[in-house]
Amino acid sequence: MSIDMVQFHQVFFEESFEGLDTMESGLLNLDMGDVDVDEINTIFRAAHSIKGGSGTFGFSAVSDFTHVMETMLDEMRDGRRKVTKPAIDVLLGSVDCLREMLRAIQNEDEINLVSVAEHKAALENALNNTDVNSSQSDQFIPPLINVATPVAADSQVEGWVISFSPHVNLLRTGNDPVRMFRELAELGDFTVNVDLQGVPDLYDLDAEDCHLSWKLIVNGAISAHAIDEVFDWVEDECDLAKQAIYSQMATHLPDVNISDVSLNVIASVAELSNKTEIIQHAEVIHKEDKDESKSSVAKVSNSIRVDTGKIDTLINMVGELVITQSMLSLVGEHFEVTKLDQLKNGLSQLERHTRELQESVMNIRMLPISFVFSRFPRMARDISSKLGKKIDLKLIGENTEVDKTVVELLSDPLVHLVRNSLDHGIEMPEVRLAAGKSETGTVILEAYHRGGNIVIEVRDDGKGLDKGMLRAKAIEKGLIATDAVLTDKQTYELIFMPGFSTAEKLTDISGRGVGMDVVRRNIQALGGNIEIISELGKGSTIAIHLPLTLAILDGQSIAVGDEIYILPLGSIVESLNIKEDRINRVGGKGETFLLRGIYLPIIRLHEIFNVPNVKATKLTEGLLVVVEGQGERYGLFVDDLLGQQQVVIKSLEANYRRVEGVSAATILGDGSVALILDIPGLVRLSNQ
Amino acid sequence: MATILAVDDSASMRQMVSFTLKGAGYNVVEAVDGLDALNKAKAQTFDCVVTDVNMPNKDGISLIKDLRALPNYKFTPMLMLTTESGMDKKQQGKDAGATGWIVKPFNPDQLLKTIKKVME
Repeated sequence: MSIDMVQFHQVFFEESFEGLDTMESGLLNLDMGDVDVDEINTIFRAAHSIKGGSGTFGFSAVSDFTHVMETMLDEMRDGRRKVTKPAIDVLLGSVDCLREMLRAIQNEDEINLVSVAEHKAALENALNNTDVNSSQSDQFIPPLINVATPVAADSQVEGWVISFSPHVNLLRTGNDPVRMFRELAELGDFTVNVDLQGVPDLYDLDAEDCHLSWKLIVNGAISAHAIDEVFDWVEDECDLAKQAIYSQMATHLPDVNISDVSLNVIASVAELSNKTEIIQHAEVIHKEDKDESKSSVAKVSNSIRVDTGKIDTLINMVGELVITQSMLSLVGEHFEVTKLDQLKNGLSQLERHTRELQESVMNIRMLPISFVFSRFPRMARDISSKLGKKIDLKLIGENTEVDKTVVELLSDPLVHLVRNSLDHGIEMPEVRLAAGKSETGTVILEAYHRGGNIVIEVRDDGKGLDKGMLRAKAIEKGLIATDAVLTDKQTYELIFMPGFSTAEKLTDISGRGVGMDVVRRNIQALGGNIEIISELGKGSTIAIHLPLTLAILDGQSIAVGDEIYILPLGSIVESLNIKEDRINRVGGKGETFLLRGIYLPIIRLHEIFNVPNVKATKLTEGLLVVVEGQGERYGLFVDDLLGQQQVVIKSLEANYRRVEGVSAATILGDGSVALILDIPGLVRLSNQ
Repeated sequence: MATILAVDDSASMRQMVSFTLKGAGYNVVEAVDGLDALNKAKAQTFDCVVTDVNMPNKDGISLIKDLRALPNYKFTPMLMLTTESGMDKKQQGKDAGATGWIVKPFNPDQLLKTIKKVME
């Protein structure tokens, strides 16, 4: 029977990556010195599963490597080895290395043998607590060779006489002598002689005990190994004696195949004494691989692991829908006016089920945000040990669910923000002590739902943002005028300006690559916004507000002439009638509306999109929709407000091209297309 | 046809075992750990149990011990899937009532061969 093992690979990779995450977070949770058996068990199990799977699916490099990790974890679990920081460091490094290996295999790339050899050496080194070169051979993992019992004697064997006396309990492990006899019979000509002497009287007999013993003769050139294999499972539960029957032709002793054995010995000695050579060798191989100009396109897995509960709900909903549908088609078949009520009922049922179905489908795409959060404990550990800081990272609300796409796109901006907090926010221990704070800084990463949004906050109790410094820097860089009057909020917003860096010096941890401007752009691209709250000396909070999903939007339909546009409901603050006396016209700069002391720039949508047949051309005839974008408020002048509805987002870029002021499109109930407005884009358009 | 309970916390191993056994005509029920397996074994009688050893909630050895205590499973063949390095568990498994073991890594053919040993 041949089975294509490749079909199981994808699942194997997914669960292995999951296992590695488990190992990583488990290792980070371990307290030094103490042995938390449960935690180590979890880590061990993950390593063990990866080893078992990789061996089975033919990734021997992975299983060999994991074997060494497993040995170390096993010793920790049994208390033979202490949990020390160096040990954890090595194990964490190995997790990284393993991840790389699996990724390479998954993408059908070559494994980086140099890195693997280095990590393996480090592991073995830690395992031996000695220098690699002087390590004992028994600590090396011998390659798994099937050591068969001496093979050479086989040709002379003509058969075996076996005396087999099971202990009384043999049957209670599910073993059956008949099974063994059957196997022996398959090996050769077979005879059984039963010995009934041990059988007690009927009244004393327990049918579940085994009192029989046998003398078995099997003829044929059968290896001792084959006989042993038959009795492998019961060797401790029986008295077994086997004697070979030799042919008379056997005159000379079997040759022992020494050459193979000695070769193995030589190989392992070479391995021991010359680790560096192997590494160099690996390097050469690796270089050769690099030389081959091979197009390696990383295969991004688009699969998603879904809780079966969610699938069950979905299947239920589909069932309901089918019932409703059949009920409706029954009504429709011979429709009469008397059935109108039935029809209405059916339709409202259909509506309810469709809505529920939609909800459960959306739910499938929802992943807990821990997918992003889980990487941060490791990052906090690495950065704090690198900088000599003491940092306590707390994760709150990791189970908050967000759309898969949001989770993926959120990852980079969050890394940047957390890194900023760790690097720039939290002070060095002595600075903190001097400021009367605890030596250990706290960074809190929290996610929660608010309305139809998810909020993610990065809070730290570090030094906070220095408004004076921000201002000075912005002036120095020519980003603002020297006499500019800025509110606190506007001052903090400065860090989002391109080319603005708050770090006095660039470190290799942050301050390079993407800046806060990119972070903000990414968040806005997701339809969200970002805000900063900070107090000098006390710390900063950066809050990201995001829509839960990118596929469906709560929208407000608005009418401008014959056109219908959709505004994201989340961006609308209020809608109001316009009073003439509150309109201010600023020479050449457009018009503003005074609302509770704030001058809102008015954006006339019909002018921006050149809509003909507008009902309201005078401001007092239409409505002003107050919207918020990038922390500022604007008034959109429209003809009318229509209903609120959930709309399915269709990408305009993918189907047509990018249009300024419009983020996407949707299809309305009557089949027409409506554009979804993009507030920041509209503001840019109106300023032109 | 005989029904086999396949227990493993690793989805890929479970799939592989289950696929192989189904391909050979057995009915297979999967369980994700020892606890799940014990519940399933109480609800339905199996002709053979194949279980991993290291699992959360209930490991393979306690599973075998618990199953053997049930009247329906007194003589049922129970095989442990174990790795070379886990062979020290072999004795614990036997003491718990395991019939035998299959050493990981194994291929589908080896698995079937071992299953056939106890299922004919």
